[in-house]
Amino acid sequence: MSSGGARPLAPWRWLGVPMLQVMGLSMLFALPIRFWGLGLPEPVFALPVAFAWAVIRPSMLAPLAVLTLGVFLDYLWGSPTGFWAVCLLLPYGLVLGGRSWLAGQSRVIMWLWYGAATGLALGAGYLFTMLDTQNAPNWISVGWQFLATIVLYPFANRLIERFEDADVRFR
Amino acid sequence: MSLRDNPLGELKVPLTWTAGIVFIVVLIAAVAILLGDRREDFDTDAYGNPRTLSDKVMAPIGEVASTPGRLTGEGVEGVRGYFFAVSENRRLKAELENMKQWRDVAIALRDTNERYRTVLGLKTDPPIPMATARIVTDSRGPFANSRLANAGSEKGIKPGNPVMSENGLVGRIVGVTDGVSRVLLLTDAASRTPVMIDRTNARAILTGDGGPNPKLEYLRGQDPVKAGDRILTSGDGGVFPRGLPVGVAVKGLDGRWRVVLAADKAPIDFVRILLFEDFTQVADTKKLVHVVAPPPTPGASTLPPPTPEPKLPAAAATAPAGAAPAAGATPTPKTTPAAQPQAKTAAPATPAAKTTTPAAKAATPAPKTTTPAAKTPSPKTTQPAGGPP
Repeated sequence: MSSGGARPLAPWRWLGVPMLQVMGLSMLFALPIRFWGLGLPEPVFALPVAFAWAVIRPSMLAPLAVLTLGVFLDYLWGSPTGFWAVCLLLPYGLVLGGRSWLAGQSRVIMWLWYGAATGLALGAGYLFTMLDTQNAPNWISVGWQFLATIVLYPFANRLIERFEDADVRFR
Repeated sequence: MSLRDNPLGELKVPLTWTAGIVFIVVLIAAVAILLGDRREDFDTDAYGNPRTLSDKVMAPIGEVASTPGRLTGEGVEGVRGYFFAVSENRRLKAELENMKQWRDVAIALRDTNERYRTVLGLKTDPPIPMATARIVTDSRGPFANSRLANAGSEKGIKPGNPVMSENGLVGRIVGVTDGVSRVLLLTDAASRTPVMIDRTNARAILTGDGGPNPKLEYLRGQDPVKAGDRILTSGDGGVFPRGLPVGVAVKGLDGRWRVVLAADKAPIDFVRILLFEDFTQVADTKKLVHVVAPPPTPGASTLPPPTPEPKLPAAAATAPAGAAPAAGATPTPKTTPAAQPQAKTAAPATPAAKTTTPAAKAATPAPKTTTPAAKTPSPKTTQPAGGPP
């Protein structure tokens, strides 16, 4: 039965595949490879995906996928378990709550929103690390990771453009 | 029955609300997981089975995935070596000539050192066995700096073992399982390493902050450090052996003393894991705990009466100055000069006493303050660098 173009969006297409891609890229960038004496940067590949999932549509599976990604990053990078899960869920919740404001915004404004979400995630990480270790992380390192992550917005944009209109019920 | 015929078909639960509720539940679960993490304990049980399992899975993946990069690097090095062989040969010959002089000096010093040890009857630290491993993953973010090494419990590696590259200290093991172990780097925000400044012997705690240059904290004394000073592990606390090279002190942009790590001189691909245990464990701690102090001699005063400092010639005056701290711990040898070497050889018992008092082991300054002998150069000779500097 066709319901006027409201074809359901298979979760594996917009949640499963990007999640696996993020895991693969994070693993690749965690390899001990140096080019001309310089190591690879360490962007948080999970952030553009978490941002895009919140923009595309509200979902009951997406928070679980964000949690899974966060725990994976904790195990990969050696941070306390749950650290990145919380750091990713906070911006996800922020964007999910502000979906109505984000609808129809230009790409630049969306990028700014993405920057704010990234800032929230890394700010939360800064705070948790400070509480956990009684030691403030280096601002310069946080800044580098922020820069390396906000340049990934085109990936989020591509995901949004691909799946935002895939289910007409959420237009 | 179609959906419209269903009496509950008109009942629509707003997806936004349900998604919001699921989000809150998942967030609470994540916070609970974070609060339940016991990473600071750093022993195998606290490290957790899921984490050891994930390390076990990730290590072979990292090893396979990093192989092309490693082989490419080795190939580039081979080509470079081929084209620069002549200049390299010339440089190595010059270095060899220079090293020959140092070899002679080293042989003479070793001979002198051995004679001193024989004369003083010193007990030196036992050699430290090592395991070699290759780094297979590397995290460099501001919140966690750790690496996976492809050697684990099958090689006798334990949590707490120091990890070194060919240039200097890298970090320590915080999690280990069969075939893989996780190294907490000196740059991690959770890393604290007791160090000393080689020039002044001043102590500090090297504290990582996620940046490339960890901070020197709790520095004591007036001008204890200046730019370019070599930083070594102090051995305080018993986690690291004394004298491992850490790096060079520099003044950071924020005005704090920081350390340029010696391990950063070259890419860290292979590491040596020192299977080090606190040397105090060599002693039979159970036996030490049950040792009771001998009763005072009947009729004898507990402390010898204060004797005025004898006025000796300058050459002879050095001997009592060296013996005085040891006499503080054992008063009797002060009166018998022949017993002085014995008092010095008893110094290894001082660290052994640390095992009987866990607080002293954790904080370590306690034995130093209680026994002035620990501040004198005598521990330097009794506890030399366990590991190769």
